[in-house]
Amino acid sequence: MEDILKIGDRSIKNRLFIGTGKFSSYSLMKKALEASQAEVVTVALRRVDDTSKTDNILDYIPKGCILMANTSGARNADEAVRIARLAKASGGGNWIKIEVIADNKYLLPDNMETLKATEILVKEGFVVLPYMSPDLSMARRLADAGAAAVMPLGSPIGSNRGVKTRELIEIMVREIKAPVIVDAGIGKPSDACECMEMGCAAVLINTAIAIASDPVNIASSFNMAVKAGRLAYLSGIPFGFMQPSASSPLTGFLREE
Amino acid sequence: MKVKINGKYEEVGSTLNITGLLISKGLSCERVVVEHNRRIIPKEEIGAIALKEDDDLEIVSFVGGG
Repeated sequence: MEDILKIGDRSIKNRLFIGTGKFSSYSLMKKALEASQAEVVTVALRRVDDTSKTDNILDYIPKGCILMANTSGARNADEAVRIARLAKASGGGNWIKIEVIADNKYLLPDNMETLKATEILVKEGFVVLPYMSPDLSMARRLADAGAAAVMPLGSPIGSNRGVKTRELIEIMVREIKAPVIVDAGIGKPSDACECMEMGCAAVLINTAIAIASDPVNIASSFNMAVKAGRLAYLSGIPFGFMQPSASSPLTGFLREE
Repeated sequence: MKVKINGKYEEVGSTLNITGLLISKGLSCERVVVEHNRRIIPKEEIGAIALKEDDDLEIVSFVGGG
């Protein structure tokens, strides 16, 4: 049976979601997106500048991808709601990643403001995917408010430090019915694989791909790692035994008993 | 007249509408979204809106982001 992730009214086969920031050029980004085979791609909204006259990032995102605008730059719920509405009016569709950051040092999300924005935007018909600090109670509140998924951070944005919040995310995976998508901090394909082995629904990667020496090949590598981790999870990973258990027979060979 | 564009006051022609402003900045109406005094302007209305002194405009478009 095909392994499909349902979010909103969309069916997604590839559980690797990709962010489009920090690439050295849009053409390189396009090649990396193609290599990743990602179906969900994030973008941000910003005030226009000189580059807005020429290149349109949407021209470099493969056709058929689901566009998920983020509310980066928002410091509170009101700003996030305002950015979400602008993104929808810009033709970004109705998927929105809520990102509310009031902390400039660690760039950690404000879960309370994120919840407020989620409540408002769900009522307006958005498919809301909130980025959050991993916290079971808040994840429950977000899911109850109608979030289509919850997106806990693995470690601070852009840090490439891996899944430092593993134990908290594992609890969320066990307890939350909504898809749990690890967003932020994943540095290596093995980190992405680890998330998928844990039973996360998807991962969202940006920096680790965008700033690699070869973004195209690492995008392909992340695609394989996510698929490997997912398949392992679905296969029922046997781990956690305290006693050793031989893989080969230990008795009846070359010795008289 | 003075209008506020993306947080900064700019002097613009007194008969300018939003479409004219975008053209003067080399921007395509298709590519950007304009918020006029906190109201998002639907693309089909953009040509019909005249600017007044002290109007507050936000002009935004998509960029890379994670």
